[in-house]
Amino acid sequence: MLRYLIQRLFVMVPTLLVISFLVFAIIQAPPGDYLETMIAEQQSRGENVDQEKIDFLRHTYGLDQPFYLQYLHWMFGEWDGLRHEHGGLIFGDMGYSFEYNQPVSVVVGSRLTLTVIISLACTLFVWLVSFPIAVYSATHQYSFFDYLFTFFGYIGLATPSFLIALILLYFANIWFGTSIGGLVDPQYMDQPMSWGKFASVLQHMWIPVIVIGLPGTAGMIRRLRANLLDELSKQYVVTGRAKGLPPFRLLVKYPLRISLNPFIADIGSLLPELISGSVVVSVVMSLPISGPMLLESLRSQDMYLAGSFLMFMAFLTVIGIFISDLALAMLDPRIRFGAGSGK
Amino acid sequence: MIEMNADPQPLKHFVSPDPFDPYSVEEVSPEQEKLFLASQWRMMWLRFKKHRLAVAAAWVLAVMYASILFVEFLAPYGLHSRNVDFIFAPPQRVHLFDKGEFIGPFVYAYDYRLDMETLKRIYTPNPEKPEKIRFFCRGDSYSFWGLIQGETHLFCQPNGGTLFLLGSDRLGRDMFSRILYGMRISLTIGLVGVTVSFVLGILLGGLAGYYGGWIDDLVQRAIEILRSIPHLPLWLALSAILPVTWSPLLIYFGITIILGLIDWTGLARAVRSRLLSLREEDFCVAAELMGASPGRIIFRHLMPSFMSHLIASATLAIPGMILGETALSFLGLGIRAPIVSWGVLLNEAQNIQVVALYPWLMLPMAPVVLVVLAFNFMGDGLRDAADPYK
Repeated sequence: MLRYLIQRLFVMVPTLLVISFLVFAIIQAPPGDYLETMIAEQQSRGENVDQEKIDFLRHTYGLDQPFYLQYLHWMFGEWDGLRHEHGGLIFGDMGYSFEYNQPVSVVVGSRLTLTVIISLACTLFVWLVSFPIAVYSATHQYSFFDYLFTFFGYIGLATPSFLIALILLYFANIWFGTSIGGLVDPQYMDQPMSWGKFASVLQHMWIPVIVIGLPGTAGMIRRLRANLLDELSKQYVVTGRAKGLPPFRLLVKYPLRISLNPFIADIGSLLPELISGSVVVSVVMSLPISGPMLLESLRSQDMYLAGSFLMFMAFLTVIGIFISDLALAMLDPRIRFGAGSGK
Repeated sequence: MIEMNADPQPLKHFVSPDPFDPYSVEEVSPEQEKLFLASQWRMMWLRFKKHRLAVAAAWVLAVMYASILFVEFLAPYGLHSRNVDFIFAPPQRVHLFDKGEFIGPFVYAYDYRLDMETLKRIYTPNPEKPEKIRFFCRGDSYSFWGLIQGETHLFCQPNGGTLFLLGSDRLGRDMFSRILYGMRISLTIGLVGVTVSFVLGILLGGLAGYYGGWIDDLVQRAIEILRSIPHLPLWLALSAILPVTWSPLLIYFGITIILGLIDWTGLARAVRSRLLSLREEDFCVAAELMGASPGRIIFRHLMPSFMSHLIASATLAIPGMILGETALSFLGLGIRAPIVSWGVLLNEAQNIQVVALYPWLMLPMAPVVLVVLAFNFMGDGLRDAADPYK
């Protein structure tokens, strides 16, 4: 187990490094940088350009340097020989947001926390809802409820989640005359995290959680149902039934356990899906999580802000995959001892 | 004890008096023979035909793809024709009977009035003014595929009247016509995108599966890395790169390539695992021993045996692309006006106030759902049919 854990960790670190390089290349790709846009904008308004500040920013973030140096700078910060001076993503400094004129960590702080909370809640929602439905559908194949769930599953897969969000908003507007956007009551809007705010978040969270989790739930039900059906048609199940094993024990003892594997392994594909979904849904519902700000920063070329968000999302996913790998190894001795790569 | 040497008694069990034919089991009816002799593709077709839902979905898609060829003719209005007097007009119902009398398909003309308190435009159908819809009529002129000038439409608005089957938008443009025009972009973007990811997937998956070794490792790592970045943020970041100065058509191609660039991983995985198992088969070893080049082995011998699976998985990949484009355009980072896709149309419905006041602006989601469902059903049918020997 320890060997497996170390092996996975060794895979994870280079993965994250490559991702960070990709992310940096992408956010760097648009021609020009934010400072140029800013100078042009200020000059067109006839304002004085604070050359000192721009030079300072240029220098601090090395915008005049070649690409690879900029990347190294962003990732590892400033070094004086072997002594680390300041900055660098791996030391927790996410850089400087030009748009907000503040360090990125100050700008994004609470958003990242809320993103994590929402993602976790969505994952839980997906599991809690899809598990009983999938087991029911598989054990009662071709029954009325099986068809009903399958139908809803298809609809959930086919409807973009932001549209579901819009429809929900629309009906909430018609029926209650209220808006369900946002994630906290207005009085907590600019306050730091507290128990009161936490409770308020919980009250507001269920709608976005359902909306974001719906496509994932539909997909999960489909996969688990198919897996369980495959397993149920195997011979050992027939033998067990012929020998008079009670139906419930026959289901839980082996088939369910085996079909649980993909349930946990799938978190690797579930998390990116959830995060993708949350980006659009949060724009529609104006949730204070990473989506809207990421979009804004991409539009305005606020590269360190955008990069931090992208990096954070990828980080969340990679950690999620890592955890699911570990859980899978604990659940399935074949993987643990084979020390192979998942599945 | 039983007496063994008694007279032969009639047997206690039933024995058929028919002559015994030991080969009867192996005889096949003509239908079975046809099935047994059928080629692989024919068997797939037979299998696919049994899947009713998939066939129906295939028909829906066929009709839709066929109609994108004749959008100009099918749409009553042009893409950009505005009716300044009918801004945000709700959908008009088509009637057949006026006061109990059959007069063919017609609509009631709209009476327009501005609610001075809420400043809301109010349109009420006027039952005194039935206006017949014209068929094969002259309407907005168009240039068909940029080649043939025409102005004939399948049906168009009554003379002097309006025909907004699905309402009109903030510039008084007909939603129905715009949805038809949007279909052209939304449907092709999935196809082009899948082609890109298909080529990438076969190439990289093929290399990885056939050569194995460090190439395999490299491709595997690349796939893992790409899969662990959430797609939509990546798509967003990539489409933010597309220069603003590009023409809408270039943007369209840029978006399709972006969609394909990220999406090839699934196909590459499928190709790789198939190739890995097929590579060890006898026919492949034989071809290798006879001196066939790797390219020939892959494309001539291996490809046919997993092509059907690939087509099925490609079909299942298209809806993801259509949804992706819709989301991108909805957020304003995808296709840009004047080119219109369903996502671009939905962009107008981003604001909840707009949706509450003019719910018909959300109608473009209906075809999105329909197409995605159809592709899913057809893909499921294809996947079941892909391995007809099971």
